[in-house]
Amino acid sequence: MSGELLFEAVLFGVLLGGFYAAVSMGLSVSFGLLDVPHVAHPAMMVLGAYCTWLLVGFGLDPIVAGVVLMPAFFLLGVALYRFYYEAFERRGSEAAVRGIAFFFGLALIIEVGLMLGFGVDQRMVEAAYIGRSLSFGEIRLPMRTLVVFGAALVLTAGLTLYMSKTFTGRAIKAVAQDEPALRLMGANPVRIKQWAFGIATAVAAVAGAMLIIIGPVEPGMDRVYIGRTFAVVVLAGLGSMTGTVAAGLLLGVTESIVLIHPDLGASWAPAVSFLLLLIVLGARPQGLFGR
Amino acid sequence: MKFWIGVAVAFGAAAATAAFVDFDYFFFAAYTVLMFVMLATAWNILGGYAGYVNFGTPAFFGLGAYTAAVLYKAFALPLGLQIAAAALMSGLLGLVAGLLTLRLRGIFFAIATIALTVIMETLFINWRYAGGATGLQLLRPPPMAPFESYIKMLFVLMVGMALASIALARYVERSWLGRGLRALRDSEEAAESSGVPTLKLKVFACTLSGALMGACGAPMPMYLSFIEPASTFNLNYAVGALASPMIGGTAHWLGPVIGALVLSSLQQLVTVTISNEMNVLVVGVLLVFFVVVAPDGILGLLKRIFSRK
Repeated sequence: MSGELLFEAVLFGVLLGGFYAAVSMGLSVSFGLLDVPHVAHPAMMVLGAYCTWLLVGFGLDPIVAGVVLMPAFFLLGVALYRFYYEAFERRGSEAAVRGIAFFFGLALIIEVGLMLGFGVDQRMVEAAYIGRSLSFGEIRLPMRTLVVFGAALVLTAGLTLYMSKTFTGRAIKAVAQDEPALRLMGANPVRIKQWAFGIATAVAAVAGAMLIIIGPVEPGMDRVYIGRTFAVVVLAGLGSMTGTVAAGLLLGVTESIVLIHPDLGASWAPAVSFLLLLIVLGARPQGLFGR
Repeated sequence: MKFWIGVAVAFGAAAATAAFVDFDYFFFAAYTVLMFVMLATAWNILGGYAGYVNFGTPAFFGLGAYTAAVLYKAFALPLGLQIAAAALMSGLLGLVAGLLTLRLRGIFFAIATIALTVIMETLFINWRYAGGATGLQLLRPPPMAPFESYIKMLFVLMVGMALASIALARYVERSWLGRGLRALRDSEEAAESSGVPTLKLKVFACTLSGALMGACGAPMPMYLSFIEPASTFNLNYAVGALASPMIGGTAHWLGPVIGALVLSSLQQLVTVTISNEMNVLVVGVLLVFFVVVAPDGILGLLKRIFSRK
């Protein structure tokens, strides 16, 4: 592998990694901080991508469409957490197994719902920056990845600031650290978690918009993103925002190198994130920036 | 005793059906249903008794199927040995995966098993000898005596394997193994501090469960005369193996059997009458309905109805 090719792979990997970090942000809150086994999170993201596609049909820019979807997804997330809490979390560890099965069933329902509503064909969106590319000397970068990278930076920075600077953000972190203590302070942990889950789901809407900008989407797409997002969140050390960025970049660069490598190529790429996840689970389950 | 009479009657009935019925489609369909009974029973040993959700049924099933196919291609091994080898390989996979991830909380194990499926699929897509992404055509040998058709032989074989797994699951459930697994399911800390070797038990359950799934997959290449990664590592196996015990009830060995019978019969019906997508939707909706409304499954519902009288 030549140096130039490697440089290009790393550069592309960094852009891809920013995208991975951004799509994992929501899960980093819902699974990382709130401990909800949300295997349907990637399915929510794909749902967000399809909603974006619908709104783009009315002439909206995909990123704007993602932002417009946020309030609706926020409410959806609040309702979903409320339901999960009443049906499973409140009942303790005995219901944990069923909670996981519930989210698995939900992912199936979303996936098949999209299949029945939109068909199995791939969908994509049109925008001024899709299909064009910028050249820097020898290297050409597709503009869509740059736009997504920019949006990912804004989203990640915004969420990190929100979690560390605002009152609610700190409350969410507090609920993750010590729920009984929070309860003793007179705060209601369930309401805070509900709010946090709403934010996580709203972020999934924007992530869905990024997903459809980066490439065409199909209903079954959530499966490979289960691997990517959980790999990033676990590698990051549950709930760490800085960790999520670092882990996203690591995954992006590794995947990109495997993709470009002449002996490996596209057929090995889907396994990268899952292999990384297995290695982390086996060797360092607390992740890179573990608590 | 009643159980063993039941087993003997079930096996006798299956053998009689094979001897007197001459309708190939019936055996094709029944084979699939029985396969899901076996997968659900195997899944329940870890998922139901110990409470560790396994999304990776296709990884174990598929590894078993490929082990059988590759051994058949290389050495023309007889079916019995193929099954033994498949059980061994998938059991080993269960052992390694269990040792790596069963120390962690249940959700980490669940995610790790999703990872296993994708990794296994990728490995076999990239393995030329095993057919790669396009698959491998296999020529069936003639059926062994006393069978005159191969599909009938596979049907009787699957009846035997399913009954054997049920007996095995029942044995685990009733022995100290099952008591230990239930104890750690309710509270891992309490079990560990009362002297239950929790990690050993979990790894044992994972190995046994994996081995049974592998054995279940072994006749699949012969059933189809073909093997190919996408359908071998299909999500349907994960869904069926997980949803059946959840729907039938996870506490008793009969739960997964009932669940698998109900679910796969319903699926056959929906696939034929409506569409394949609808069939996945039905499973999803049923799964969510049962985990929310009837946590103890059909068995729990029946128990409630009968105890009221």
